Amino acid sequence: MSSQHARKERIDRGIKVRSDGLYALMSLRELSYLTLPRFILIAGMMLLPVLMPDMYWQRVISIVCIYTILAISFDFLAHYVGLVSLGGAFFIGTGGYTAGILNTYFGLPPILTVPLAAIIGGLICTLMLLPCLPLKGVYFAIITLMYPLFMARIIEAFDIFGGTDGLIGIDNFSSAFVEQYLVVAMVLMFLSGIRRFVTTDMGLIFTAIMDNDQAVKASGINIAKYKALAVFIASAMGCMAGACLTHIYMWTGISQFALDFSILPIAATVIGGSGTLIGPLLGCLILVPVSELLRDFGTLRIVFYASILVGFILFRSDGIMVFGQRKYEQFERWTKI
Amino acid sequence: MEILVYGTINSVSLALMGLGFAMVYGISRVPNFAHGALYVICGFVTWTLFQKLGLPYFIAIILSLGVNGVLGMLMYRFVLIRVRGMNISEIIASYAIGLIILEGLRFGGFRGMTYTLPVFMEGSLMIGGVPVDYHRIVMTIIGILLVAGLWLFTHHTRIGLALQGMAQDERAALMLGIDSDFMAMLAMGFGAVLAGVAATLIMPLGNIVVESGYHVLIMSIAVCIVGGLGSWMGAFFAAFIIGFAQILTVVYIGSHFQMVVAILAIILTLILKPSGLFGQQKELEERV
Repeated sequence: MSSQHARKERIDRGIKVRSDGLYALMSLRELSYLTLPRFILIAGMMLLPVLMPDMYWQRVISIVCIYTILAISFDFLAHYVGLVSLGGAFFIGTGGYTAGILNTYFGLPPILTVPLAAIIGGLICTLMLLPCLPLKGVYFAIITLMYPLFMARIIEAFDIFGGTDGLIGIDNFSSAFVEQYLVVAMVLMFLSGIRRFVTTDMGLIFTAIMDNDQAVKASGINIAKYKALAVFIASAMGCMAGACLTHIYMWTGISQFALDFSILPIAATVIGGSGTLIGPLLGCLILVPVSELLRDFGTLRIVFYASILVGFILFRSDGIMVFGQRKYEQFERWTKI
Repeated sequence: MEILVYGTINSVSLALMGLGFAMVYGISRVPNFAHGALYVICGFVTWTLFQKLGLPYFIAIILSLGVNGVLGMLMYRFVLIRVRGMNISEIIASYAIGLIILEGLRFGGFRGMTYTLPVFMEGSLMIGGVPVDYHRIVMTIIGILLVAGLWLFTHHTRIGLALQGMAQDERAALMLGIDSDFMAMLAMGFGAVLAGVAATLIMPLGNIVVESGYHVLIMSIAVCIVGGLGSWMGAFFAAFIIGFAQILTVVYIGSHFQMVVAILAIILTLILKPSGLFGQQKELEERV
């Protein structure tokens, strides 16, 4: 059948339709259709640290999780609130430095510094981004791209917090087990938490702000307040990731404000599927290990993931997850016109 | 006097960096984040043609400008055209292309101190008791001539007027038979050539290093944001503001703060007046 006389149509699979309603409880098949993907995700994440052969790859898994948290925060901010922040490094750096300072200057243990860094760092980021919240589109993107560079230059110029050397001698997590499962648990917690959160009333307001902020304003809702809240949530997540990073490497420095932390999460989100929240995890699981494998080639890995990014933006801008979901839920067939 | 002379020179070099970015954004509304990469690649192409192939310096420069222009057009034709109008994809895609070029060059072994271009003229001159070498003077003069030339080009030639028409109202331009994609491609080519001109004028003053790509990108964004995105005359004046501010901080505070000034200028402008000092865009378009 030539494509001129036919078109492809997509129809929901029967099992999908059945499991949408109460029928889901009728048979094991429908139940597993619903729960299996989620179960695989959770069990897979829990098993990952155990399955990794050595210390090096376990460390890679921790890094994957840290990037994932950052990518989820990007995805949430960009596709559920409509604020595209290119400043993942700003969150990581602020969180990292907060944790480092709390640990070295005040002697707090990692168990306290991580949550404290999330809250304090989140507040700092929100306060600094507060004047830029009315900006839209390119303008917000550019200003968030500039913030990490600014922070790095400020620390360098004033020579504060260890200057160019950074803070060294920060406590590690008590064991590799704690480190692994803390980050894995955080990923799962943020993933399900944000997924739930965007469907609540407040999440609806966020989505409405993204779609038409004037209309939300006209309904008497203070959009500045909600935008600030969204930025706080996203930056607290980023800062928490940064704090974990600091404790894992027992070091914090200017390179935490590097562009790597801004670009890789975005690349992961685009590849995995933007707006799906699970996509960023998928993207990070692909990108980070590949870039670790390419470590010997130096900067070639940046070339590599930038090329993947361009390719995906051009040819598959919806990402792997959306594609996979479509295949899982629908089937396609040719119909005559 | 020293501040005045070096402030002017610094300002003109900033203006040179920013003009290409301003032009591309002004006409096609594509924030070309690969601008810095185009700047660097032009330097390396000139170096290769001149030092490796032994072409005369002038011909090498002209050829590399041509290469740059074609590169910019190809970039638009094959990549950016597909994401045009989607702000964020434009930024990410062009930035990723910039990363590919810059990090690819770094991987290709273009690093270290060995890459330099000769200055146009040796020797120096005293202006009001301050020694200034000829190359900086030539750079300043060419820079000012270039701005004047650009003004004439956009106001008195067919293509220039078409570009201007597109910058003002793309739909109306389309209705009058201006091929907007072709014009945007042309604008991208011009932008790349301008980046190349900046590179060939500024690079002989130092080494060709990959890192300068990022630096140039930030500076050109700073100039364009302060002047108002899309207004390249604004960019030219903003270059003078930032240029003098930078020299003043270097003289009175310290050279560490040179970059801080530029980034602070971006942040403050975006917060206080996002349309920039000379921007023509309506306020509503960019803030709520």
